[in-house]
Order: sequence, then structure tokens, then C-alpha cells
Amino acid sequence: MSTPFMFEKPAGMRDTLPAYYQTKNTVRERLERVIGSWGYLPIETPALEYYDTVGTASAILDRQLFKLLDQDGNTLVLRPDMTTPIARVAASSLKDQAFPLRLSYHSPLFRAQQKEGGRPAEFEQMGIELVGDGTASADGEVIALMAETLKSAGLAEFQIAIGHIGYVNALLLDVVGSEDRANVLRRYLYEKNYVGYKQHVKSLPLSSIDEKRLLNLLKLRGGRDKLTDAETLVNNGKAGQALEDLKQLWEVLDGYGVSDYIKLDLNLVMHMSYYTGVVFEGYGERLGFPLSSGGRYDELLEKFNRPAQATGFGIRLDLLVEALGQTEELPAQTCIVFSKERRCEAIAEAKRLRQQGERVVLQDLQGVESVDELSGAFVDVQYFIGKKQGGSKDE
Amino acid sequence: MNEPLTVAMPKGRIFDEAVDLLREAGFPLPPEFDDSRKLIVDAPEADLRFILAKPMDVPTYVEHGVADLGVAGKDTMIEEERDVYEILDLNISECYMAVAALPGYQKSDINPKVASKYPNLATKYFKEQGEQVEIIKLNGSIELAPLVGLADRIVDIVSTGRTLRENGLVELETIVPITSRLIVNPVSYRMKDGRIDDLVERLSKVVEVEES
Repeated sequence: MSTPFMFEKPAGMRDTLPAYYQTKNTVRERLERVIGSWGYLPIETPALEYYDTVGTASAILDRQLFKLLDQDGNTLVLRPDMTTPIARVAASSLKDQAFPLRLSYHSPLFRAQQKEGGRPAEFEQMGIELVGDGTASADGEVIALMAETLKSAGLAEFQIAIGHIGYVNALLLDVVGSEDRANVLRRYLYEKNYVGYKQHVKSLPLSSIDEKRLLNLLKLRGGRDKLTDAETLVNNGKAGQALEDLKQLWEVLDGYGVSDYIKLDLNLVMHMSYYTGVVFEGYGERLGFPLSSGGRYDELLEKFNRPAQATGFGIRLDLLVEALGQTEELPAQTCIVFSKERRCEAIAEAKRLRQQGERVVLQDLQGVESVDELSGAFVDVQYFIGKKQGGSKDE
Repeated sequence: MNEPLTVAMPKGRIFDEAVDLLREAGFPLPPEFDDSRKLIVDAPEADLRFILAKPMDVPTYVEHGVADLGVAGKDTMIEEERDVYEILDLNISECYMAVAALPGYQKSDINPKVASKYPNLATKYFKEQGEQVEIIKLNGSIELAPLVGLADRIVDIVSTGRTLRENGLVELETIVPITSRLIVNPVSYRMKDGRIDDLVERLSKVVEVEES
């Protein structure tokens, strides 16, 4: 292996320069304001966690984890998501607090990237977890809050697709009869390979009715009326429950006034096993990648010995900023250039302006490399130069 | 909402065949597209725009969303593993992926080598076979590799088998059948669902008629 260049960063790591920082920060503040106003309390967790606990419980693929060893030889991971650490906290540091818990975070996450150079391996995510509440109201609250958050960011157009993994699982199992065989079909849906799904369905020894039921699953996307279509495919036991969940959820979302942003998509399989109920993904204009996602994960908490139903969402801040497509201008700043004879005068003036809320740079003339470049970088430049004690003059 | 749907396609035969399918599906496309050197071709009557790309790049344009849809061979889909929806088998440009070698080829005991334009696909295939090989990536004229001794076998697309025959190669195994697929960007699939569903619906009727 060759030694890296002095200025090089590990693959997928990025510097954030002032203009981008400023833009990201503004968006972050808008999101935080909304999330805070819904009563979610922010928490932070460490960047490093144990591989054997958080690492293996996480929904993130093993090959995407950054792993390292501590002095005792334990394998550690750089936090790949926030849901799992929050589940750990809910089951340990907050174990005496009664459910439901409403927690929020904004935090850098680390996921190793194999493909292509420069894809971010560290990115900021903002999100919430509603732990210990299994009601449709909780699902609805989380989705409505995600919608309000995306709206507050300034996204002109966005949509949220909602699915229910319980329905998919129940239908597949009902038709093919075994978890193994259902898993093959589930994987095609997870890989978004509908052609492979259809080919596989046709290769199975099924009655034409059952074949049709599996193929019609792919058509279950659109408005609320698709729930009625879904009922005709399977409506017993868990599937019936899932559809009941979705009906109630839709009512909740109507109540919040966000159902215009919602589309039903019962093919949405975002993970092979992690989610247990309602799942959803958010999309905005102008960017080809989903901005946010979330869902119900009722089996995670029991891995930390405090079984609880839970749901939440995460928004990729970097993608959201990209979708907004605008860089904010850096704030206007004043520069006071002084020579040492008039330093005290300059300091006093800077103090006065700062108290008025202005951003003021105080710069000794002797330290300036190029006066032209300096004066070009500020809206207003004042000079306190020379021996005379007269007033300042603007450039 | 007035922006046309954008479709990324490889130039040449696949473009012609896909355009024929779209015409059959009732999209009012001009009988001929004039300048073949253009990279972006508009068809305002059909509310479509075509991006003409290298076959292997089509899934990339679609994954990043600069194209809402794409027509990509299953070979590139397997090779590139892009995060896109594979919605419809268009059943055009049928061919298959195969392993080929010089006649009388015998498995080498020492470091067998395989040349291919599809290193991921080839790696996956030989892994599944439990066979230890070295994969050498080439960008074209794969048939050359066994002739000059770069590799003892190749993995490549075969449609009629003519190229193999002309270079004195024989086919050893078939890996996977290949056809062109209609692929869709996951965000476009939601944000423009009405228009995309309509296009998919109309195309699938045409494709399924030809199938039966």
C-alpha cells in the first residue's frame, strides 16, 4: 500500500467548508425547531460502540460497518445508525423512565462504502425515536412529524411512501406456505427486482389464483383505495391486522392534515428482517435518492432486555441539503483594519458594533497579506490607521 | 410537472427496438430520429426525452435520478448492482452470458485465469461453482484473451455465437439468459408515479402480447 498524500482523507470522508456548513446549519436549525416543538428531547451517544451489542443488533449490513479493536482486543464499531444506540440507552440509562420515550438526535453516522470514490461514508442524520408505544397514533405521529420536518426544511414537493411488512409477510406465507420460500420472494422485493419476482412466481407450482395473488401484490401502490384491493388478496390473521393498522394510520394522518403527501406502497421492503410493521420512505424533488426513512421495529428493544414496541425516522441531512439545491450566502461581516497606534480605538469600535449584533473582524494591518483581497471579502471595511485621532473612514 | 419523462438508453440496436416497443404502446414518436450523434433526443409529442449512454452506464444515470427510467441489459444490472427498480422484462436483445475457451481446453491446475468485461458477474459465478480462478477485467475484444494466452477462458455475452466461432472459440457453459429490462429510479417511481405506471402498463401489454 502506498502512503497517502499529506492532504488526503480516508475514502468517503469529507471536510465541511464554511458556506456548506452555514447552509447545513440553517436547515438543521429549522428541523430541530420542529422536532423540539413536538416534545422530543435530544440525546447524544458515543461514536464507538461494541460490535457484539450495537454492531450486530443494528439494521446496517455487516460489510458496511467500520470496525476497530480497543486495547483489550474487543471489536468496536463506529456508530452506523442511531436507532440501535437509542434502544441501548432506553434499556439501560433510561430504564427507570416509563414508556413512551420521545427522543431525538442529530449525529454523524459511519457506513463504509465499497462503490466508487467520494460517496460519503460519514454523514449527518437527524431523527427521532418513539419508544414504547405500539399504537397507530404513534405510527401516525412519527410520519406526520417527518412530513412537517421536511416541509419546514423548505422542500417544495415531497412524498412519503408507506408500506407494511406484516402484510407482505402474511401474503407470501399464505401463498407459498413456508418461511424459506417466502424469503426468496421477499428478497426479490427487497432488491427491487420485480422482473425476478414475477419470473420466480411463474416458476412456482401454484394455482392460477395464487399466482395472480402474488403478482397483484406488485400493483398495490397508489392512494388509500389500494387498501381495498389489498383486502381481496389476503385478509386473514396478520394480514388483516396489518390492513387494519394501515386504515387507522390513514385516519391519524388525515387528522394531522398530511395525507396529501402520502402514497401507499405495499411492496416496500426496506430490510430483510429488521422492521416489524409500518415502514415508510420520504422522497423529494431534484434528487434521485430517498431523503428519509423509518418504520416500526418491535423486536429490537428485547435484544437489550427491555422488550418494547418502537418506531422512528431518520433524515439524511446531506441529501436533504442537496435536494434543496441552494447554498446560503455567508453572513455579512464588517472588517476593521488597524495599525498599532490606534489599536485601542479599533477594539472599542469593534466592541460597540458587536454589541449591536454585527459580525466584526478585527485585523492588524501588519498581518494582512493582500489589502485588496481583504477588502474584497467584506461588505464594509473600516480603517483605523496612522497617528491621527480623527474619525474612521469607510473604504 | 411539465418536464418530460427521461429515459436512458444505449445507442444502436437496443434503442431502435425499445423505440419500436414504445411506438406499439401508442407513444407518438417520430418515424425516424435524425442525427445519430446527438446525446440527448427529445420527443415532445410523446412527452419523453432520451439520453443516449453507454450500455454499462444506463443503470448509473437511473440510480442518480438524472434519468427517470432506463433500458438496461440484465448483464449490466448484475454487474453494476445499482439501487433501481427492475420493473419489466422487455424481451428485446435476447442473448446469454457464457463461458468460452479454445477447443480442447483443459482445466489448468495452476492459477486458471478468466478474462471478462463483467468481473463482478464472473467472480460471483465462479464463487458459486466453488472454483478458484483469477478474473482479469478487459474492456472489449474479450475473444483475444485466450488466443494470446492472457486467460484460458472468457466470460462474455453470446447472441448468435458468431463472434466466438470466427475466433475459433467454443462455448463451455451457459451462465444466465439476458434480456433488456425497463428500470426505474426509486424517487421518480414515487414522485412521477402516475406517468410511470401508465408507461409501464402500456409497455407491458405490448411485451406480454409478443410473449404469448
